[in-house]
Amino acid sequence: MTGVLSPAGEIRSTTPAAAPVTMAGALNAALADSLSADERVLVFGEDVGTLGGVFRVTDGLAARFGERRVFDTPVAESGIIGTAIGMAMNGLVPVVEMQFDAFAYPAFEQVTSHLAKLHNRTRGLITLPIVVRIPFGGGIGGVEHHCDSSEAYYTHTPGLRVVTPGSPADAYRLLRQSIDCPDPVVFLEPKRRYWSKETAVLTTDGPAIDRAVIRRPGTDVTLISYGGTVQTGLEAAEAAAVEGWNVEVIDLRSLSPFDDPTVRESVCRTGRAVVVHEAPGFTGYGAEVAARLTEQCFHFLEAPILRVTGFDVPYPPPHLEHLHLPDTERILDAIARLQWDDSA
Amino acid sequence: MTTFATATRTAAEDRLLPSAAPLQLIDPDGHPGDNPGGLALPEPRMLLELYRRMVLGRRFDLQATTLTKQGRLAVYPSSHGQDACQVGAALALRDDDWLFPTYRDTVAIVTRGVDPVEALSLLRGDWHCGYDPYRYRIAPQCTPLGTSTLHAVGLAHAARLKHQDQAALVLLGDGATSEGDTHEALNFAAVWRAPAVFLVQNNGYAISVPLAKQTAAPTLAAKGIGYGIPSLLIDGNDAAAVYSAVRTGIERGSAGQGPTLIEAITYRIEAHTNADDAARYRQAGEVQSWLARDPIARLEAYLKAAALLDDDAVRRLAAEAERFAEGVRQRMNIDADLDPAELFAHVYTRPTEALEHQRAALLSELEDSAR
Repeated sequence: MTGVLSPAGEIRSTTPAAAPVTMAGALNAALADSLSADERVLVFGEDVGTLGGVFRVTDGLAARFGERRVFDTPVAESGIIGTAIGMAMNGLVPVVEMQFDAFAYPAFEQVTSHLAKLHNRTRGLITLPIVVRIPFGGGIGGVEHHCDSSEAYYTHTPGLRVVTPGSPADAYRLLRQSIDCPDPVVFLEPKRRYWSKETAVLTTDGPAIDRAVIRRPGTDVTLISYGGTVQTGLEAAEAAAVEGWNVEVIDLRSLSPFDDPTVRESVCRTGRAVVVHEAPGFTGYGAEVAARLTEQCFHFLEAPILRVTGFDVPYPPPHLEHLHLPDTERILDAIARLQWDDSA
Repeated sequence: MTTFATATRTAAEDRLLPSAAPLQLIDPDGHPGDNPGGLALPEPRMLLELYRRMVLGRRFDLQATTLTKQGRLAVYPSSHGQDACQVGAALALRDDDWLFPTYRDTVAIVTRGVDPVEALSLLRGDWHCGYDPYRYRIAPQCTPLGTSTLHAVGLAHAARLKHQDQAALVLLGDGATSEGDTHEALNFAAVWRAPAVFLVQNNGYAISVPLAKQTAAPTLAAKGIGYGIPSLLIDGNDAAAVYSAVRTGIERGSAGQGPTLIEAITYRIEAHTNADDAARYRQAGEVQSWLARDPIARLEAYLKAAALLDDDAVRRLAAEAERFAEGVRQRMNIDADLDPAELFAHVYTRPTEALEHQRAALLSELEDSAR
């Protein structure tokens, strides 16, 4: 096998045997299986047809399903979302790709003023089962405009579901769940994990679209992560174990709605929590997580909830991005500051 | 190897460019227009219906403006003066076609059959859209300029993908042609050959900004050639021309020939809304000159000269319009029964747990304050 991706249809085994799969391959399989399962499903965007997407997530789909269902559009992001809305109004299920996080901004008005609101605007008469796939976040040495963590823009908009997978197997599950979901879904793909591998059976069985999962059980502190930082969190947890902390790692999966019961239960049990994300901390997603957990778990907390985030700076150039991204060391530092010794 | 024969290019330009002067089937005095282009005069029955609907629409529009002054509507953008565009566009649609209106197109919505009270739900402030889009094939009135052009193109393209004979007509104003979404929609429609019709009601002003500050294009219709879209420049106060032009666009789309751009030259007699003061940006004389080009008076003169209408019929129609307005007035003076819980009901197809909590909190707050 050459390259990081397999052609569509070859990734998901027909037998349920576990096989190694990359996150990009799992997403490709999810798109292929959704296109097979439901003829209303369309896949379109910039370079998603002949080329198979700049990250090859749509590789082979146009050849397999035809240009009527998988096609390239003009380079116009607002146009992609806006026409997807009209198509959904007419009974289709568009799965569209924004090529990079920051290149999705021209579509912001269509996403926030129409995609998010038409269902409410029409008292539920119009439903828009649209999935907007956006590769997001940094860590790939991308130049400016290719590495933004734009999740808070979307989670601040009622009417949108915002999800992001933390592993290849969950990328498959979550994308298929998103395509099946009658609400519009912003599907954030942690692009630096596209090539991460996992040996797994690709299935939709498992946690529902709006549920967080505990990736690593622990007793001392809850590490709340999502997307690209799930792997970072798991690595930090291993390092923390050496230092004597038993860290529980939560993969939020659904950023909106937020799975209060799962996260609350964990934090009330451990009494300590750290939220990790790449986006700037100021009014970032972690601020909401910390605020609502403080409201819900105050009497169980042994320490303030801490955030480990990117700095409040525009995303750095490739040679400086390692300074910006949360890493094991910063997570361990935060854990160390969780007031372990009351007498100190 | 690349050879562009001059003759071929000229033929393509001829096909795509609008006429130099606006096409007109009936002139402002009610005589047959001297520049019909390829537009066909509608049948007498349709001409009478265009007239009738304009009279009813004008009366409705006046009633809505009055209700706004009385505080019964939050805001009302009048289409007085644009009556021919409103009615001609709505009547030109076939049953399965879709209309994508803006906030100024309530008369078009009512003309297509929506209950007037449902149509005014947005502007009264009861809900963002008061009618069932699927029942009437009318999208919710769009407030952000230009954005619904893309929805119309998407819907029309979906119809093509599904092999359905269905077109989408999107209404926009001269100001909206400056929006990026309008550009993207024209481009997508052309590339996809979507059965979409763009009707630009060029009323000369985007609120206060005149067209000269909006564009340097010779006409708005002339923009079509840049997208490879054939365009029509028409007299927007001639209901027959509007009807016929929109029909032409729909038939082109239906025949797989793609989108059509129509620029209709018209004028908004009233201010932008009740909250606007048009005297700050336009002269009274300008308004007077457009009153002399009234779309209803023009068609009435034509129909009378053709012996299709008499004074008796005009009086009967005026009485019908009064009864219609009276009905609207009475019903609009009854407050709608609004359910606070509905705030949370349609954000998602099923309320999230957090929204359930917020709904319960609001209802209990209301219960406490009612005690």
